[in-house]
Order: sequence, then structure tokens, then C-alpha cells
Amino acid sequence: MTTPSTTSLAVARVARERRGAGLARAAGDRLGVVGCIAASVLLVIALAAAFAPVVAPYDPDYPDLLASLSGPSPAHLLGADALGRDILSRLIWGARITLAGPGLVILIATVVGTLLALLAAWRGGRIDTAISWLLDVLFAVPGIVFGLIAVAIWGPSLITVVCGLAIAYVPYVARVVRGAALRERNMPYVSAAWLQGQSATGITFTQILPNVQPIVVAQAVSSLGFAVIDLAAVSFLGLGVQPPTADLGLMVKSGFDSVLRGQPTEAIAAGTLIVLIVWCVTVIGDRLTSSARSMR
Amino acid sequence: MSLGAYLARRTGGLLLVLLVTSFLVFGLLYLAPGSPLAFILGPRGGTPEQIAAVTAQYHLNDPFFVRYVAWLGDLLRGDLGYSIVYRQDVSDLIAGRVGTTLALVSMAALIIAVVGISAGTLAALRGGWTDQLTSSIAAIGLSTPSFVIGVALISVFAVGLGWFPTFGSGSGGLDTLVHLALPALALSVASAAYLARITRASVLEERGREHVQTATVRGLAPGYIVRHHVLRNSLVPIVTVLGLTIATLIAGAVVVENVFALDGLGSLLVRAILQRDFAVVQAVILVLVVAFVLVNAVVDVLYTFIDPRIALGSRK
Repeated sequence: MTTPSTTSLAVARVARERRGAGLARAAGDRLGVVGCIAASVLLVIALAAAFAPVVAPYDPDYPDLLASLSGPSPAHLLGADALGRDILSRLIWGARITLAGPGLVILIATVVGTLLALLAAWRGGRIDTAISWLLDVLFAVPGIVFGLIAVAIWGPSLITVVCGLAIAYVPYVARVVRGAALRERNMPYVSAAWLQGQSATGITFTQILPNVQPIVVAQAVSSLGFAVIDLAAVSFLGLGVQPPTADLGLMVKSGFDSVLRGQPTEAIAAGTLIVLIVWCVTVIGDRLTSSARSMR
Repeated sequence: MSLGAYLARRTGGLLLVLLVTSFLVFGLLYLAPGSPLAFILGPRGGTPEQIAAVTAQYHLNDPFFVRYVAWLGDLLRGDLGYSIVYRQDVSDLIAGRVGTTLALVSMAALIIAVVGISAGTLAALRGGWTDQLTSSIAAIGLSTPSFVIGVALISVFAVGLGWFPTFGSGSGGLDTLVHLALPALALSVASAAYLARITRASVLEERGREHVQTATVRGLAPGYIVRHHVLRNSLVPIVTVLGLTIATLIAGAVVVENVFALDGLGSLLVRAILQRDFAVVQAVILVLVVAFVLVNAVVDVLYTFIDPRIALGSRK
């Protein structure tokens, strides 16, 4: 016979276990198996990049001219580039910029785009028309061209390209969020908050924003993959990150010269790491997008 | 809405967007740090003749809006300015290179259409392992930047096997086709993968429709059903994506042309940025944006011809 006390204990234990596994389970439900693998791989790369000074076996800028263009060996696991710099160390340091640069692009684009979208959705009318029209004009220019324009004006550097690309990604975020915010705006709970006397700003940030948050996050992650490609491409063209800084796009470029001399290790390693990062980000973005859609 | 009225409204909107973008491209010069004169002539300054020439070209002695109108007028007469690096009219520079870019983009578009649609259809119809494999390849293709593919292709097919030339755009005719094969392939991979995905989803959706079931029950040949009932109806999303993709290829060509050292608009743009040849930068960006906007507009009009169910102007 079960006494009421043991039942409630069991319930409490189950509840505690649920809470402990809650975060992991929520992530698992949203991402699925492949998504979890992608997230773990990305986490490992991000951690290695964050702790690059500790993890990297060599100084990424130290030229060991005797090892120049040597293949993989116990001393240099992935070999050395044309200047004798350790490729593995440069990959680890390069992943920093390859993750942080596009991260900054998407952060700026998401904040600006979300604010514009919420403003458009709440005010409607002329403001909505004006913002939508502005977004259409931004859409009229292909993304990477914004980066190139910024470089043409302010000269080649990472910050210039990041600012240019951030503008290019604003309409992608804003269009999706505006649609979602418009749907939420007509929900009964928004009218209820309005009747209770909550201010427009209050409703926007405490009611609508939390409800469109999954869509904002999904869109940001999906765009991140494209931003990684765009930024690496601009660096590859020699218009973004400048040598001798270690950057994956730049490494493909410098490795390209070695390819022509029959030593493709640097280009292959850097290219593969870019593909791996973008693949992980894209998979996570896809899963988040479909789970955000199904929540609706 | 009649077709005439619809086209007139579309053209009006198009002209407005072109006007705004032209103004923005014009305004770029004034976003730059320092005076326009110092920016164009660079840190070393210029001879009095150069200063006079640049002042005349950009109408620097006139008020801002007069400058814009004069610049736009020059543009419409085909005068895109004068390159201080090449010492040549920018319109001549562009005319000599637009062919390469056009050939590259057309070849890539052809590859994307053929590979994307057939792979997507195959994956949707066969299912099982074919589907798994195609989807996985598409996911990887979608994550690979064109310059990485370009370097890989050169490494394998040009340096390793020696089947294709490494650089340059050839001397015309068949030679150009051979020279552009690898660049077009590099440019098309990501978009072909995306199109395959869209095609797969669209065909899967269409295949489950009742009219397809009816056709199957009536005993029509499977090939006929696929061609006339499934593919025909799934064309709208496919053509949409294909059109938008071709528009983005124009920008993607900038990167690929630099990998393969092709003498197209993209490599001209990058070199001009590095050499601070501002008239060329402005003109090439304008050409790219106008081409992008035009292709998008054409796709928009095409919808109505592919799918008669879409009322004119109802889709945006």
C-alpha cells in the first residue's frame, strides 16, 4: 500500500529529474539527433577558438622557415604554410575571427532588424509602409556588394566589412520578424494587455518580443551561415581581414598559392573547417526554424 | 487588372527603385572621408589638369542636387566616367569585360537548372537511399563557399589531372567554354544544391495531390504523370528560386572571377577597389545592382505566365 507521502515524494523526485534534464531535453527536442551532433561540433570549435592561446600548439605568427611547406608531421600535425607557420595553430586562431566576425554581423543585423520590424508591426500605417519600402530597397542590392561598397569607401579592414554586411542582413531578419510580429499583434492577449493600460513600448517588449523570440533566434542562426561564407569570401578577395592575421578565408587564399606549387594542405584544411562550421550552423538553423514554425 | 496596366505599374516601381539606387551609388562618394577631390585623386593629390578634369567630371563646382542630375544625365547618355588608373573611358572598360561575366553566369545558370531540378526530382521520386544521399550532398554543397570549391577544382582538375586550364578566360569559342567550365561549376554548386532542395519539397507536395492519384488510377504511364502532372505544377516555386538564384550569381561571379583570374566585371571591381579607382567602382556596382534588380523584376512578371492561377500583381 502506498502512503500519500511516498507518492508525493516520487512526484517530487520525478519533477526534480525533469528540471535537471529540462535544458538538455528542450535542446534535444528542438534540434534532433543531427542537430545535437552539429551543436556539439560547433561547441568544440568555438571552445578551441576561444581558448586559442592555451589550445594552439604554436604561436600562429611564428615563422619556422625550415618547416616551410612541409606536410603533416609529429611536430606540425597539419604541416606548415609557405612561411613555415604551423597550420593547425593558424586554424585555431583563424576560427576566432571566422566565428566572431560573422557573429558581430548577425548581432547588429538582428538588433536593428528586430527593432525596425517591431516598430513597423506596432505602428502600422505610414511607418510600416516606409520601413517596408526601405527593406525592399536594401533587398535590391546583393549582400556581398554592401561589404564591397564599404571597403571601397573606408578601405579594407574587418570592421568595415562587418558594418557593410550587417546592413545587408537587416532586411532578411526584419522581413521575417515583421510577419511574425504582425500575427502576434492581432492576438487577444495583446488586446488584453492594451486594455489593462500597458504602454505600447511595454507590450512590444514584454508581450510581443518574447513570443517572436524563437523566430528571431532561428532567423539569426540561419543567416549566420551565410554571413560566415560572405565574410570569408571578402577576406579571400583580400578586402577583409588583412595578413598576417590568421583567418580561414585568408588561409584559403594563401594556401591557393601553395596549391599551384603542389602543396594543398593549408587550403584543404582551412576550406574544410569553413565548410564544417557553415554546415553545423545551417543544420542548427534549419532545426530551429522548423521547431519555431511548429510552435505557432 | 489588364496586362498593360500591370506592366506599366511594374515598370513604374522598377524605375523608382533604379532611381533610388542610382542616387545611393552617386552618394557613396560623399560618404567617404575627406573631400571628394582628395578621395578620388588619392593621398598623392593630382596635377592641376587632373584636378580640373575630376572637377568637371563630377561637376564639383555645382550644388549637390545639380551634380546628381548632371551625373544621371551623363549616365543615360552612356558616359560612365573616366578611369584615372586605366586612363580610359569606364564604359569601354566595362564593355570589354561584360561578355565574360555574362557567359560565366549563363553557364552556371544552365548547370544549376539541369542539375538542381533533376537531382531534386530524382530524390523526391526515388526516396530511400537516393533521397538520403542527395539531401546530404545538397546540405554539404549549400555550406561550401564558391571560392573553396574553386580552389578544390583547380587543385584536382587543373593542377592534379591537368584536364582544364588553371586561369584566364580563353580566346573565344570552344576555348572559352573549356576555360569557363570549372568557374561555372564553382559558381553553381551552392545554388544547385538549394534548387535541388526546393524541387524535392515541391515535387513531394505535388505528388500527393488528388489529381495525381486520379491520373495514377486511370492508368497513365508514370513518366507521363511525372512530366505533365507533377513537374508542371511544381514549377512555380522552382522558377522563383531559379530566378532569384540567377540574380545572386551576378554577385557571386565577383568572387569566382577572382579565383580563376577571369577578366570579367567582378575582377575589375575588386582591382578597382584595391587601386582606389572610384569611377570604375561606382560604375561596376551600378551595373551589378541594375542587373540584379532587372532579373528580379523579370522573374516577377514570369510568374503570371507560368501559373495562370496567379492573378496579375497579386504576388509580391
